[in-house]
Amino acid sequence: MLRYLTIFATFARACLVRDMTFRANFLLECLTSLGWMSMNLAFYLLIFSFTPEIGRDSGWSREPFFAFVATGLIINAVVQALFMPSASELAEMVRTGGLDAILVKPLDAQFLLSMHRFDFSSLANGIVGVVLLAWAVPRFPVPPPLVAWLLYPLLIVCGVAILYGLIITLAAATIMMGRNQSLYDFWFYITNFSRYPAEIYAGPWGGPLRMLCTFVIPILLVVNVPAGTIAKPLSGEAWGMVLVTVVAAVAAISFSRLFFQTALARYRSASS
Amino acid sequence: MSGGVLTDPEPVARSLPAGLHTWWRMLVICLEERLAYRSDFAIGTLMRFLPIVTQVFLWTAVFAASNRSDIAGYSRDNIVAYYLLTMITRAFSSMPGLAGGIARSIRDGSVKKYLIQPVDYVSFLLASRVAHKVVYYIVAIVPFAIVFFVCRGYFPAPPDGLTVLAYLLSLVLSFLLGFFLEATLGMIGFWFLEVSSIIFAYMLLQYLLSGHMFPIDMLEGIPTGLSGVSLADVVHWLPFQYTAYFPASVWLGKIQGWDLVLGLAVEVVWLVVMVLVCRLAWWRGTCRYSGFGG
Repeated sequence: MLRYLTIFATFARACLVRDMTFRANFLLECLTSLGWMSMNLAFYLLIFSFTPEIGRDSGWSREPFFAFVATGLIINAVVQALFMPSASELAEMVRTGGLDAILVKPLDAQFLLSMHRFDFSSLANGIVGVVLLAWAVPRFPVPPPLVAWLLYPLLIVCGVAILYGLIITLAAATIMMGRNQSLYDFWFYITNFSRYPAEIYAGPWGGPLRMLCTFVIPILLVVNVPAGTIAKPLSGEAWGMVLVTVVAAVAAISFSRLFFQTALARYRSASS
Repeated sequence: MSGGVLTDPEPVARSLPAGLHTWWRMLVICLEERLAYRSDFAIGTLMRFLPIVTQVFLWTAVFAASNRSDIAGYSRDNIVAYYLLTMITRAFSSMPGLAGGIARSIRDGSVKKYLIQPVDYVSFLLASRVAHKVVYYIVAIVPFAIVFFVCRGYFPAPPDGLTVLAYLLSLVLSFLLGFFLEATLGMIGFWFLEVSSIIFAYMLLQYLLSGHMFPIDMLEGIPTGLSGVSLADVVHWLPFQYTAYFPASVWLGKIQGWDLVLGLAVEVVWLVVMVLVCRLAWWRGTCRYSGFGG
């Protein structure tokens, strides 16, 4: 474990050196990332100029909703910084045979494929997420209890774990299918469902969709449960969802690991 | 693609005048390339509708909580129809990879061949983009038809024939405007070697100001500091709205009569301006461009 931490630190240091070599580009990447986030925040402010909350009696009024957005920013910043830059290269590596070079190295292939790049500019959004959370929480009608603050970091880790499991599952599918750009785009479209409170998925279509995205592809647990823990009272149902999220995180990591190993066993090199 | 989807294009090509022959060849090459991955392409097109599913639920929740039947002149069904119609507009006006491709050809020197060949680079790009779009429509029509059939209940009655004609014209103009906007952006590569961040910033602005993110009418109440001028008024005079908002609003009957004529006229003016700016950028850029090696 210590060996892997040391190697990861080396990767991160190398990425930081490269980023600092092109400082202007790094700054621009941070700014464009912040620009995208600001646009979304402006959109949410616009929505709240028309309605006091999102979803009738959902409890997602302006400040709790911005805590929800902040939680999403923090989780996505970690995922984008740690895993996405590496995983996004995988489809091309499978197609060109570049994956072979990873497999012959004396390190775990999943570790190398998912963590060899670190995107420091993505952390900018995470920092804004923390600031946004610090702005929103004191404005809640009821301040979060201590237990909610204790659960919050754990549930953030669970959210990251669920997203990591999804990335690895898609990476495994890429290895199995050879070329699946559409399937990989699936990541961006499916995570789109986690951008809003689960309560919006209601009605004859929304209800089944909510169940699907909670218990089959647990994408709705990623932001909803940690944000709900801090922004809403901890009822019996909320405790149940906390438990479901912890189980889903463990299941996502285990299933993706198993699927990835199966995919590697079936991998046939694309080169020579 | 041997034994491919298309029949031998040569007899058709030989019967065409020389200029059209080039266009025909480019179209066939692009068709072959795209159709090779047609199922991947069709699934990808269908998936692009997934974010709209989220928007439908979001706006349904907003309408439910606000107890309003109308937001900025849109009912809930109107909003859903609007987002779906912007997908059609974006199918015409979006130019994936165009600006980045031009900038890359300048950076890696491959633009040199267009400087010494009797082929106009911008015309070549336009021809290949037409081919790209034709293939896209052939493959994407099935997923589009499925989604629009499923969502037919959200749409008002179809507009009259003249409005449909104006809508089609606005779509064609949106394609041309989108092309020249992005081509001009790519030519910034003559002045800056790395333009990816500039392109990303443009895409953000475009997403916000085109009405792709939300209908521009929702900006009506936002002041600009100028008396009587809202943010929506400013955005309506920019070219971006023609790449998403304008055609969708024409179909929904939000822009009618003289407003429609004026809108189309302004779109044509923007198109002419962008053609000229693109040509100027190409001319000035090639004047300062230096190519070395083989």
